[in-house]
Amino acid sequence: MGNRTPLFETHRALGARLVDFAGWDMPIHYGSQLQEHHTVRRDAGMFDVSHMTVVDLVGAQARPFLRHLLANNIDKLQDEGKALYSCMLNEQGGVIDDLIVYFMHPDWFRLVVNSATRDKDLDWINAQAAPFDIDVIEQPELAMIAVQGPHARDKVLSVLDEPVRRPAADLQLFFGTEHGDWFIARTGYTGEDGFEIMLPGTQAAAFWNALKDAGVAPCGLGCRDTLRLEAGMNLYGTDMDESLSPLVSGLGWTVGWEPAGRDFIGRDALQRERDAGPRQKLVGLLLEDKGVLRNHQKVITDRDGQGEITSGSFSPTLGRSIALARVPVDTGARCQVEIRGKRLAARVVKPPFARNGKAQIELDQG
Amino acid sequence: MSELPGDLKYSKSHEWVRVNDDGTVTVGITDHAQEQLGDMVYVEVPEQGRELEAEEACAVVESVKAASDVYTPLAGTVVEVNEALTDAPETVNQDAYGAGWLMKLRPASGDALNDLMDPDAYQAFIDAE
Repeated sequence: MGNRTPLFETHRALGARLVDFAGWDMPIHYGSQLQEHHTVRRDAGMFDVSHMTVVDLVGAQARPFLRHLLANNIDKLQDEGKALYSCMLNEQGGVIDDLIVYFMHPDWFRLVVNSATRDKDLDWINAQAAPFDIDVIEQPELAMIAVQGPHARDKVLSVLDEPVRRPAADLQLFFGTEHGDWFIARTGYTGEDGFEIMLPGTQAAAFWNALKDAGVAPCGLGCRDTLRLEAGMNLYGTDMDESLSPLVSGLGWTVGWEPAGRDFIGRDALQRERDAGPRQKLVGLLLEDKGVLRNHQKVITDRDGQGEITSGSFSPTLGRSIALARVPVDTGARCQVEIRGKRLAARVVKPPFARNGKAQIELDQG
Repeated sequence: MSELPGDLKYSKSHEWVRVNDDGTVTVGITDHAQEQLGDMVYVEVPEQGRELEAEEACAVVESVKAASDVYTPLAGTVVEVNEALTDAPETVNQDAYGAGWLMKLRPASGDALNDLMDPDAYQAFIDAE
């Protein structure tokens, strides 16, 4: 038996197909992954993401610590509630994890890191925190529900209690607001508007059921993956890992190079790679032939360059297969992908493939 | 879980076989298999005329989740494939024992069916899995 979130029995009662995900028994779908995907693009769906790890950093030195720990610049967060996406690097510039950090109060930042990397993340954070006067506090009793889709915010607001409804309704993109033990943020991992809501695990089932009654469809981790892929968002462990830098993972934009004097972990290695010029890049692929792109399929580019698909799947929104692939930096507009011994034609595109309910790339182009 | 059609034979790799009046057999994947795989998004059927050995991987069904090989339950020659699945792979989910068939074979030998399971045996097999 794996770890169970406070919503486990709720999922089972809803007929979810449960699978092991990084040691957790999680719903992959409740009937149809495709239908759940479309519901998020068109209406509103909710995901139990309570398996993710919430870590609070508390103390006057929390900000200086994050200035050192994270590749993105924590000083971009000047307004309370604001969120920032960042990589956490090792000294070699490899990605230990990607995470979201929320600026709660001047002496309190909240990190949300991946569940599959929980142990090594906590070890790393604790080790790096030693010289700083801060407390590293995991919050395992918090449940987290992501509600995503064009109607997600309205439906969430309809079930929130009055004191929290107003601040939640006023949230700008990439901001969060706390209310007692609850924290509501306008963030997500699907390319749709919506909220991610942290709340005490004891209240999770009641809130989930209230959302369901308000017309929010339960959705499994299956469509969470196709939604994030369409949105061009990386998945840790498949699109990047400790042996790969943000520069070859489509995440150069998340590196806070300025100010030049900020000494974050991995900076020297990253600077050297940047000066030499990264040899690979992460691109989007759209399969032009019939078939389905899958992780680890070989990509053949011009002049016999080789790459590899890091995340491949069928895109329900486009009705075609799409992928993220790591390819030589000089890769042109087209390539081939080897699937079961055959070479199929693919077009190199710039993600996102779809977001806010719509395709973001042209499907047919000579 | 719907009831298993009584007139079919079943394989341990979750294919079904129907014997047709003209001596050919129709092959598909079972309802149990499609349910495990989830929403189909692509089906690759063998080429017509291909000679298949028993238990050879000859078709691929791909759900959103993953690609899975389909193994022919008996040796034979592919005489017809279900072209309609190219544009409507979801038919396998909707009607696994009917319109979601994959291919028709002319069996290489007449007694190959004996190695396959009847509905009761297959039901016991998936219950035990």
